[in-house]
Amino acid sequence: MTQLVKINVTVNGVPYEREVEPRLLLSDFIRHDLKLTGTHVGCEHGLCGACTILFDGQSVRSCIMFAVMADGHKIETVESLGTPEHLHPLQEAFMEKHALQCGFCTPGFLMTIVDYLGDNKNPTDEEIREAIDGNYCRCTGYENIVEAVKLAAKKMAAHS
Amino acid sequence: MAERVFHKSILRNEDPQILAGKAQYLDDIELPGLLYAAFKRSDYAHARLKSIDVSEARALPGVIGVYTAEDFGDLVKPGPLQVPPPTAIKGATYSSRTLMPIAKDKVRYSGEPVAVVIAESRYIAEDACDYIYPDYEPLEAVIDLEKALQPGATLVHEDLPSNEAAHVVQERGNYAEAAKKADVIIKKKIYVDRVAAAALENRGIVINWDEKAQMMTIWCGTQSPITLRNATASRMGLFENQVRVITPFTGGGFGPKINTSMPDDVLLTELAVRLNRPIKWYEDRRENFLATTSERDQVHYAEIALTKEGKFLGFKDVFYHNSGAYDPYMMTVPLNTQTHTVSNYNIPNFYTEITMVFSNEMVVTPVRGAGRPQGVFVMERMIDAAARELKMDVAEIRRINLIQPDAYPVSTGIIGQDFVEGVLDSGDYPTALAKAMSMIDYKKFREEIQPKARAEGKHLGIGICTFTEGTGVGPYEGAKITVGGNGKVSVATGVATQGQAHYTTFAQIAAEQLGVEVKDVKVVTGDTGAFAWGAGTFASRGATVAGTAIHLAAVKVKDKALKLASKILETPESELELVGGYIQVADIPGKKISLGELASMANPMRGTFPPGAEPGLEAVAYYGPPYGATGAGCMAMILDVDAETMKPKIERLVMVHDCGIPINPMVVEGQVHGGIQMGIGNAFFEKVFYDETGQLLTASFMDYLFPQATDMPPKIEMGHTEIPSPLNPLGIKGVGEAGAIPTPAVFTQALEDALYDTGVEIMESNLSPSKVYSYVMKAKGA
Amino acid sequence: MKPAPFEYYAPKTTEEALQNLTDLGYSGKVLAGGQSLIPAMNFRMARPSALVDLNNVAELAYIKLTDDGGIAIGTMTRDNAVEHDPIVKQRMPIVAETMGYIAHPQIRARGTFGGAIAHADPAAQLPALSLALNAKLLVKRKGAERWVTAEEFIVGPFMTVLEPEDMLAEVVLPPLAPRTAGSYKQVSRQRGGYAQAATISVVSLDDRNHVKDVRCVLFSVGETPILSKYAAKVLVGNEPTEAAIADVAAYAAKNECDPGSDLHGTTEYRRQLVEVLVRRALTEAVLRAKK
Repeated sequence: MTQLVKINVTVNGVPYEREVEPRLLLSDFIRHDLKLTGTHVGCEHGLCGACTILFDGQSVRSCIMFAVMADGHKIETVESLGTPEHLHPLQEAFMEKHALQCGFCTPGFLMTIVDYLGDNKNPTDEEIREAIDGNYCRCTGYENIVEAVKLAAKKMAAHS
Repeated sequence: MAERVFHKSILRNEDPQILAGKAQYLDDIELPGLLYAAFKRSDYAHARLKSIDVSEARALPGVIGVYTAEDFGDLVKPGPLQVPPPTAIKGATYSSRTLMPIAKDKVRYSGEPVAVVIAESRYIAEDACDYIYPDYEPLEAVIDLEKALQPGATLVHEDLPSNEAAHVVQERGNYAEAAKKADVIIKKKIYVDRVAAAALENRGIVINWDEKAQMMTIWCGTQSPITLRNATASRMGLFENQVRVITPFTGGGFGPKINTSMPDDVLLTELAVRLNRPIKWYEDRRENFLATTSERDQVHYAEIALTKEGKFLGFKDVFYHNSGAYDPYMMTVPLNTQTHTVSNYNIPNFYTEITMVFSNEMVVTPVRGAGRPQGVFVMERMIDAAARELKMDVAEIRRINLIQPDAYPVSTGIIGQDFVEGVLDSGDYPTALAKAMSMIDYKKFREEIQPKARAEGKHLGIGICTFTEGTGVGPYEGAKITVGGNGKVSVATGVATQGQAHYTTFAQIAAEQLGVEVKDVKVVTGDTGAFAWGAGTFASRGATVAGTAIHLAAVKVKDKALKLASKILETPESELELVGGYIQVADIPGKKISLGELASMANPMRGTFPPGAEPGLEAVAYYGPPYGATGAGCMAMILDVDAETMKPKIERLVMVHDCGIPINPMVVEGQVHGGIQMGIGNAFFEKVFYDETGQLLTASFMDYLFPQATDMPPKIEMGHTEIPSPLNPLGIKGVGEAGAIPTPAVFTQALEDALYDTGVEIMESNLSPSKVYSYVMKAKGA
Repeated sequence: MKPAPFEYYAPKTTEEALQNLTDLGYSGKVLAGGQSLIPAMNFRMARPSALVDLNNVAELAYIKLTDDGGIAIGTMTRDNAVEHDPIVKQRMPIVAETMGYIAHPQIRARGTFGGAIAHADPAAQLPALSLALNAKLLVKRKGAERWVTAEEFIVGPFMTVLEPEDMLAEVVLPPLAPRTAGSYKQVSRQRGGYAQAATISVVSLDDRNHVKDVRCVLFSVGETPILSKYAAKVLVGNEPTEAAIADVAAYAAKNECDPGSDLHGTTEYRRQLVEVLVRRALTEAVLRAKK
């Protein structure tokens, strides 16, 4: 008999109650059980960062957590930021600085950066590179992402 | 006049959807009753597969089926060639051994599928793989390219007399004669090793067979949807229009996603019909390293013949190219190496010989760069060796040998991947070199910065190399443009998109002609239901070839619209203009008709229709270039090396680039940036390691080092030259691979320069600090 | 890359967790942060039949001062909590410095202080740090507990003195003597990646700037973190001159470590790194201790 565990998780402000197999990866739970497919899976061993989400407000890799570990916790995914019609300032900055191409890594970057900019309002180029070092991008060479983070920091300061 | 939208940095149409997490990628697709596939892959690189026991796996709850070669009957045979052999080259010999969909009797690379599991979830499918027991008799693995060709070597394909997969010799002029006249001849052995494309999204496929409609729908992040459709239809005895391939948003391609008739698409289309259930396979990262194609592995024996003034008289390059276990992609990669070895220099005599070798490694097909980085690496390293020998400045020796801007078109005498003799259509290489030198302050670096640094015990080195990028090759692409009743414009083309901004750049091309806003042009790429003809996204050809077809179709639609509007507005065409979604009479405000209205009127529902007329504001056009357009550039780099740990830091990187007239300069820069990330990876981080038994040692990102943000230079300093290509009306050339091409050569050159006090010479790519340390120790005689 | 099935236990208290571990014996394994374990499970290189998840045991996560001025860290304290803790930063800056080298922030948000030590990866920072700081480790099992020194705790690569029913409950970092400072140095192929060679060196000086104590730990260059005996022998009681430090570095590289050759580095290269890094770390630690 497959063991099923009941979990209660709040994702993007919406409470969910689900029964899951203990081995179900949190990334798969978010993507396939909750149908929030904005979170992507690129390596399933915690290196590429495509699956980055906020877990109780901190950026983490959802591919190296089990869904059962999210019981009682709060999660935010890329879908929590903005809609195509009303992008979050960080998303706007990505668009304006051409900080994405194929876009597969982008949600992971956004969740890493949204966490980072919460604590670091005015980072230098070098600090930004260190902050995004755990997210892989094959398309942009990272430079425009660095530019977008700087622009986002300005935009977010203006918003707050 | 309408505002120009071509040749302009316009923000991307596709971004809001992607940024909001609302873009649909392959693994986001779910269908009712969906089943999941996993492959049991060989642990051996070379072994006889004596038997395979799948009974335990079949008995697992949730497993729908487990299939081995014997379950697939006639399907188990070599697949079609993806690329034809180079019969246009005199004397070329080749043996095509294309991919098997599943191993039967023998496995030829580590990771080759021996069984496929279909289950209710990917988790269960992977469980089942653990309960499949193949019985192997291990064979010696063929890994070393030169040993592979020795008499008596173990054979990858036992029906062939040797492991030689192909042999091609091309020569322009006469190298042997040139060598006789040379003051200096330098000979070196040069290695380039293998890298992975490592797109962030792995490969994958979702297949739905609708039995009642007799229609198969395939979602696949392929670079070549038409090929996938055609191969699937013909294999399954269907018409092409019974198979629709849709490419969803795709997380990067970089080459390997061009391949079709791979085990996944062959076996899973069959099983989807057999089981009458939709099936998904989304490759995991380990599989991607094991069983998605990769590239670069070559060994070169190069010779350069020069005058004592440093003028190139001749170049000879005899090289071995690793094809991997099969050669479905034939010779695209090594032919690209041949055409890119000497293309930007005046070298009257050039001899180049390819021996393509089968090995027990994963199949080699193009990865961003596709043979070009090797050619450039070999040439540029040889030039540096010559400069060292002649005590010449590395920039100067390049300058005096470059092809001059008044020489075009230049016939290269070498037949390339498109099977026609290479022609350089346009360019200005000396200007690119001069610009790069000025941007990086070459003179100041040599005269002030470097001597000062050296006096302080620092190790700063500079590299500067030139390159070309053959792009935009044939055969052809097409496009259909339709103005909707909503006044917006739809563009459909056969190439697929993996992040290149086609939804924007193609829209710009159409909008430029039709006077609509770029955001009002909806581009559909890679949906065979929307456009059924074309070849695919490869060889930096999407924008050039499909883009030109879009331009031609847009011109046709414009003509059609003007003709119709001329009648309706009772004004000669010459007085009409397309602006803001309207056709209006110049200088008479208000006398206009919207494109939407015009589109509806072009498709009357009652009444009569003139003979010879075609309905709708719609047109289809095709474009095939006679040969490819050649982009080019010059890269310069300054490295600061810690001479104790051999850790380099890229202080500056300058890239001067020509891709003709850029449709969207912002997108062009982005393409170059990405290529440079891969180039830096290839130079110093990335390397696909096979051990002597053919085991892949780099099957994860823990071992395969993917360049991170802090591995990159603080800034990529871009300079552009815009030399329009005469081959197409827009003057465009491709750019997709540019960044990846010169980087390893420039990096290695700068590294040697930084370590000047060791006298080290490095004729190898895919370096590491440890490897550099070994070279330095050897140079020091330690 | 999906993990094999396992039974799952989610105790809320230490007591419950110890009971689970006792009941499960060899089939049970502790799930702490999971940042090493879960990737290994995704590759199916690790396939525990039962996991005891400590993430709900709130009482195992804390950082507090001990009576003698040391710092006690609960086993489930997240790496980033240690990294940013003001007490840690102020009293033991070498700890905060070391934490910053552990992978990337997203990993440090989940990885745990005790989990990394119990995992005993020879390339990991925290086993080496615990050795450099002469940490005391509290090992609990149902109805019993014992203290183990960092030196005793790790017995081999990925091997510790922990029995299946044991749990590493707390790590105590003893107070640093006055005029003590450490330095962390590593060379890794990439930032956040595994070190090809690394050292954490902690130096205490007396009033005359002679070395009172030195703990120079080499790691990622052998089966376990290695405490250089030679460093203590040469430096203690003496002035840490450039020559003395160079001697220690050269000796440690040649005789006290055992780096293998792997994909990314040869033995020779990694020995060279040990020499360079030990020299740089000791030099820096001395400089810092003088301040």
